[in-house]
Amino acid sequence: MKINIFFFIIYIFITSTAHSSNNQTKLLEVYKNLRCLVCQGQSIADSNSDFAATIKLVVQDQFNDGKTEVEIYKFLTSKYGEWIVYQPAFNKNNFLLWILPYAVLIFGGFIIFLLVRKTKHNKVN
Amino acid sequence: MLSNIGISLVVLISILSLMIIYTASFDLKISRPVIKKSIYKLSLFQTTFTVLCFFTLIIGFINSDFSIINVYENSHTSKPFFYKIAGTWGNHEGSLLLWINILVIFSYLFLVFNHTHDKKFRLYTLICQNILILGFLFFLLLNSNPFNSIHPIPIEGLGLNPILQDPALAIHPPLLYVGFVGCSIYFSAAIASLLSSYSGKLFAQSIKIWVKISWCFQTLGIIVGSFWAYYELGWGGFWFWDPVENASLLPWFAITALMHSLIVLEKRNALYPWVIILCLLTFILSVTGTFLVRSGILNSVHTFASDPARGVYILLFLSFMILSALTIFFLKHKKETYNFNLKSKETFILANNWFMIFFLVTVLIGMLYPIFLDVLTNVKISVGPPFFNIVIIPLVVPLMFLMAIGPKFSWIKSQKKILYKILFPILGAVVINLFIYYFFGKYSLLSNLIFISALFLVLYTLLDIKKFINEKIKTGLPRIISHLGFGLLVFFIGINYQFSFEEDFNLKVGEIKKMNKYEINFEAIKIKESKNYKAVIGNFKLTNFKNDLVQYLNPEIRVYSNPETLTYEAAIKTKITSDLYLTMSNVSRSDYYNIKFQNKPFMIWIWISALMIALGGFVQLTLKKNEN
Amino acid sequence: MKINILKIIIFSFVIFFLCVFWVGLKKTKNYDTKTLIGSRISNFQLTEINNVDQYISEEDLKKNKFTLINFFASWCAPCRAEHKYLLNLSSKGKKIKIIGINFKDKKNNAINFLKELGNPYNFVGMDLKGKFSILFGIYGIPESILIDNNLIIIKKFVGPIDQTHYNEILKLIQ
Repeated sequence: MKINIFFFIIYIFITSTAHSSNNQTKLLEVYKNLRCLVCQGQSIADSNSDFAATIKLVVQDQFNDGKTEVEIYKFLTSKYGEWIVYQPAFNKNNFLLWILPYAVLIFGGFIIFLLVRKTKHNKVN
Repeated sequence: MLSNIGISLVVLISILSLMIIYTASFDLKISRPVIKKSIYKLSLFQTTFTVLCFFTLIIGFINSDFSIINVYENSHTSKPFFYKIAGTWGNHEGSLLLWINILVIFSYLFLVFNHTHDKKFRLYTLICQNILILGFLFFLLLNSNPFNSIHPIPIEGLGLNPILQDPALAIHPPLLYVGFVGCSIYFSAAIASLLSSYSGKLFAQSIKIWVKISWCFQTLGIIVGSFWAYYELGWGGFWFWDPVENASLLPWFAITALMHSLIVLEKRNALYPWVIILCLLTFILSVTGTFLVRSGILNSVHTFASDPARGVYILLFLSFMILSALTIFFLKHKKETYNFNLKSKETFILANNWFMIFFLVTVLIGMLYPIFLDVLTNVKISVGPPFFNIVIIPLVVPLMFLMAIGPKFSWIKSQKKILYKILFPILGAVVINLFIYYFFGKYSLLSNLIFISALFLVLYTLLDIKKFINEKIKTGLPRIISHLGFGLLVFFIGINYQFSFEEDFNLKVGEIKKMNKYEINFEAIKIKESKNYKAVIGNFKLTNFKNDLVQYLNPEIRVYSNPETLTYEAAIKTKITSDLYLTMSNVSRSDYYNIKFQNKPFMIWIWISALMIALGGFVQLTLKKNEN
Repeated sequence: MKINILKIIIFSFVIFFLCVFWVGLKKTKNYDTKTLIGSRISNFQLTEINNVDQYISEEDLKKNKFTLINFFASWCAPCRAEHKYLLNLSSKGKKIKIIGINFKDKKNNAINFLKELGNPYNFVGMDLKGKFSILFGIYGIPESILIDNNLIIIKKFVGPIDQTHYNEILKLIQ
C-alpha cells in the first residue's frame, strides 16, 4: 500500500510539470527559472538589470528558433555554470538534494509505522 | 550621554544575569519548595533595566542623537517620527537589543506565571534562559553594540533608506522576533525538564501558552513580511523561497508540529522525548536561521549588510547551544512506552508532525545544500523556487485530507458515520473542481488534486462550523478557523497560480500594447519632485476588452538622493476578484521602458485566508481559560 | 550498545555540519564564471562596425597565437581606464591580437571613442543588442577573454584590465 502511494507521488511529480502551454507563459516560466547573475537573488523575470534584459532577448530568440526549455537551460548552463538555473539539475552532484527529502519522508513514515505496530503488540499482550 | 547610559545598562543587565544564574544554582540545592524571593527581585530588575535600555536607544533615535553610531547610520532628521522609532530595530545591532529584550521579558514572565510548577524545573529554566541571555549580551558588547559613540558628532544621519520607511516593514521584525525568540523559553524549559526529570504532562502545561504565543506571532510576522514583499518589491510575487523567508519558515514548521504534539503530551502523557526534541529544535532553527541570514554565507535580496566576525560569533554560540542540548538530551532522556490507539487522534497528530518535519527538512536541505556542495566540491549551484515547489506542493494534497479528517476522528464511533461525513465534502469538492476546470481553463493532474483536497478541507470544516453553531460549543473553534484558513489559502494560491495573466514587454511613450484581453496605452511620462525624491511617473491607460472597462495605472520610478537609491513603485489596483499589477523600469540608454503587467485573480483572498490562520491562533489565546 | 552508536553518529553529523558552516563562512560569495576556463568558445559571426560586408568568425581566430576578445562600450567609464593596457598589448605584434566587440552601443559613439582614445583592435565587431555577449558567457562591461589558437579559453577578466591583469597576460603569451 505504501509502495503504491510512493509511485503515485512519482506520477504526480512527472505530471506536475505539464500545464497550460501558452507561449508567453512558457517564456515567463523560463525567465523565472533563470537567476540574474548581477543581482542579489532575483530571477531574470523580476530583475530590471541590463543583464536580465539581454538574457531575455537571447531566450526569446532561442524559443522562436524552436529550442525547448531544456535546450535553453543547457545552453545557458554551458556559458554561465549551473548557478544560473534555479531548478537544480538531477545529476551526480545534485541527486542527493532531490532524494534526501523523500528519504526523510519514507524514514519518518517507517518510524510511525513501527510505533503503531508496537502499540498493537502491547495491546494484544 | 545616552551612549554611556546605554552601555552601562547593558553591563548592568549582564551582571544581573550572572547573579541570577549564581543565586538560582544555589537555590537549587536548598530543599525548600519555594523559590527564594531575591531571585524574583533580580529577575524583575533585569527586566526593568533591559526595557529601559531599549527605550534609551529609542530615545536616541527620536532625538536624532548622532553621537550614537547606530543612530547616525540608520536615521535622519527628516525621517517621519514613526519611522525614527522603527529604525531602532530595523538594523542589526538594534534588532539584537530587541532579541535580548524578548529573552529577558519571557524569562521573567515564565518565572512568575508558573508558580504551581516544580521549583527545580523553574530554576533550571531560569538558569538556561539566562545563559542564552548572557550569550547574546556578550555578542552585543563585543561585536554589535548599538551604543557605540562617534566623535566628532555628525550633523546629519545616513539612514534615509526609503525601502525601510514602510509600515509593514516597520512592524514585521517585532512580530517575527516574538515568534523567533519566544521559542527560547521552551528551549530552556525543555533543558530544565530533562535536568529535573520533570513529568511530561506538567511540562506540556507549563509551556503550552508560550508555544501558542510564539506560533501566533511567527505566523503573523511571516504574513506581514510577505505582504510587504508583494506591495514594495515590485515583482508581483509574495513568496520567493528566499533564504530570509525560509529562515522564518523553518521555526514555523517546528512550532506547528510542537503545538500539535503538545496536545498528545498533555492529554495522554505520550511523545515526551519527541516534544523535547521539537522544543530544542525550534530555537536551534531560529538561531541557525539568524546565522545563515546575518553572516553573509547566503546570497539574498533582503540580507542585512554582513560582517564576517558576526558570522563567527553566531556560529560559535550556535555550536555551543546544539552540542550542549544534544549532550543533555542523550544523558538524561528515558525510554518511553507507547500506548497508541491507532484509530485515534494521536495518529493524525503524528501524521501532522510527519508532514511538518518533511517540509522543514526540504526547506532546510534546499537552503543548505548549495553551501555544502560549494564547500565540499567547489561547485556553485542555485536552489530556487522550482525545487521547493516541486517537492512540497504534491505533499500538501494528503496533508489537507488529513487536516480535515484528523481532528474529529476520536469522536466518530462507527465506520458508517465516517463515510457519511466524508462523502458530501468529497463530492462537493470534485464537482466544484470540475466546474472550474471546464469553465475557466484546463490544468494538470496535480492542480486538480490541489483544488480537490483544498476544497474538501474547506467544505468539511464548514460543516464543522455548522455543527458548532447548532451545538454552541466553543472548543475546537480556533482549530476550525485555522484549518479553514489553510484550506482557503491553498485554494486561492492555486487559483492565483493557474489563472494569473502576465506579460513582459518594452514600450515607448505613445505606444500601445495589444494583448488578448487587454490593451495598454502608454500615454505619458510625468516628472514629480517630492521632498526627498524625484519620481518618473508613467500614465498607462488599461482597457479591458471583455467589459470595456477603462482604468488608469501609474507606476513610478523613484530616485532618492539621500542615500542614492532607485526604487520601482508598482501600480496596484485591488478588487475583490483580482489585482492589477503594473511595474515600469527604463531600459538603459534607450527611450524604451520595460513593462511588466499582471492580472492576479483573488489576490486579496490570499491575504484574508492567511490572516485567518493566524486569527485561529489568537482566538485560542483568548479562550485559554475556558478550554479543558 | 546500538543506541550509543546512534548517538555517536548524530554527534558526528552535527559536528560535520558546524564545520561546513565554518568553512562556508570563509568562501567568497561572488559568483564568477571561472567554469568556462578550459572550454572552447562557440562558433560565431560578427560584422565589422564600419563595414557590413566584412565579418569575422571563430575560424579567423585560429590564425592567431593568442587572441584577447574585449567587450567594451563608449558609455562605459571603466572601459576608458583599461584602454591604455589594450593599446600596449596591441603593440606586442604577432604574439597577441585583440578583437573588440562593441556592446549595446551606437556606431558613431563607438567610432568617436576609438578616435579619442586610440584603436588597439584588429577588428571591431558590433553587438547591437548584446546577444553575442551571452554567447561568450559575459555578464558585465568591460569583460575580456583570452584564448589560444585552439580557441580554448585560458583566462577571463571580469571588469577592467588593470596592471596586474596586464602583467598576467604578458606572462601567458610568452
